[in-house]
Amino acid sequence: MANALKITKNTEESVREFLKILLEKRKVKGVFTLKKIGKNGAVTYSLITKSDELNDAVPFYPLMPTNAGKLLSRITRNGSTTEPVAVIVKPCELRAFIELVKREQGHFENLYIISSTCGGVYPLKTATDGTIEKNLSDYWDAVKKGEINQDLRPACTACTEFTPYGADITVDLIGNTELEKKCFLLLNTKKGEELVQDMKGELVDRDFDKEKLKKFYAKREKAKNQFFNENTKINGLDDLIKIFGRCIGCHGCSKVCPICYCTLCMFDSSNLEYKPSKYESEVRQRGGLKIPPGTIYYHLGRLTHVGISCVGCGSCEDVCPVNIPLTLIFKKVGESMQQIFEYIPGKNITEKIPLVTYNEEEYTEIEG
Amino acid sequence: MTEQFEPRIVGFLCNWCSYAGADLAGTSKLKIPSSLTPIRVMCSSRIDPVLILTALLQGADGVLIAGCHPGDCHYNEGNYYARRRFAVLKKVVDSLGLESDRLCLSWVSASEGQRFAEVVNEFNEKIKKMGQNPMKKKML
Repeated sequence: MANALKITKNTEESVREFLKILLEKRKVKGVFTLKKIGKNGAVTYSLITKSDELNDAVPFYPLMPTNAGKLLSRITRNGSTTEPVAVIVKPCELRAFIELVKREQGHFENLYIISSTCGGVYPLKTATDGTIEKNLSDYWDAVKKGEINQDLRPACTACTEFTPYGADITVDLIGNTELEKKCFLLLNTKKGEELVQDMKGELVDRDFDKEKLKKFYAKREKAKNQFFNENTKINGLDDLIKIFGRCIGCHGCSKVCPICYCTLCMFDSSNLEYKPSKYESEVRQRGGLKIPPGTIYYHLGRLTHVGISCVGCGSCEDVCPVNIPLTLIFKKVGESMQQIFEYIPGKNITEKIPLVTYNEEEYTEIEG
Repeated sequence: MTEQFEPRIVGFLCNWCSYAGADLAGTSKLKIPSSLTPIRVMCSSRIDPVLILTALLQGADGVLIAGCHPGDCHYNEGNYYARRRFAVLKKVVDSLGLESDRLCLSWVSASEGQRFAEVVNEFNEKIKKMGQNPMKKKML
């Protein structure tokens, strides 16, 4: 049975056209995708209902202005969308959205999820200084060859979860040597199959180039180990002070984190604010105090709150004004705690978050 | 003569079991180190790992979390959640190279005054050997 739609055209163009036809045929009432604004490479996620507006759509642009999981949650927090919407997201954004759905912060129904094998994204600053446009051809060359691109977000160069979980349609990007000529939409679910009925293109049999993906995985895994082991090692309090001591306490990392969904964050509350008298007592005890205080506390606290669901998208590090290697820390510590429960965040919507479930006989070794 | 190190231990005790157990230890006139500062919580699952971190970073030398034995939770399953959270916190603390031995999770029922005294004494001795929490004097 055919399991893919083949369109003989440049991949990005074909997908754009595919989305336009979806809107025109009223198969979906809206499209959620990246759209260009201006010329220097700035893009933004947009919810589009008019097919003309899709002319500037760049569904697979290597940039993540905000984690789309967070944005989809904003749209569907109170219930599923009333009309069907096609959304084009990256694998980690999809995983973040699934984690949010598990936390009752979003709804899947009425969304057609289109994702792709992902080559990673560039840091946000490359879009403001325009360097991203110059890098684009190199980027797609590397994706075609199945190689790791340089200058990506550190989180992306070390990401081994580049194939989406639970997408209705997956676009074959990595290792597809004919990106300019042919586009393959792999249909994973019934919903996906329904969507491509009577669309332009040809239904064919097609799967990922598994060998190539395997090789790509090995490269990424190597990069990940290097990233975890050779970059700044964190061992003990002094290292923590060195790394988090420069935090200015803007809490930008929690604002962009897709998993941090609380509208009132406990770390922003006045409960945790230092009163003048507290400064005095702290100084008396410690012989000195970093101001703003509590930055290590904030990051450790956030680690325990979101680490279990951290998808490693790298947004936190990208927005940090003082370049704290947050991805390294959150990805590393996050994965170590996910391993306790053999949990991959966002992989399976039916799998519960480990902290809201339990087995009666487990982890007895940690009891004292 | 050098002053002997007296640790400060914060104890989060569940209202239904461990707090009552501590009470019993008291009324039975068992010796409990004065280093323990008990905080009564309604359930061991009430304890957000952040509360434990607060205690540690503010300079507590040890943090004890005590709740009902598995299967005996007043709310049926709270202590199971507490155990998973504790496992996560321990992992965070360990993987950053901090001292996870300063944290202790234990089960003490309302009738186990003796056990409560033992748990606290044992933990107190362990912390005494470990010495002062280095976070106490650091500029954080």
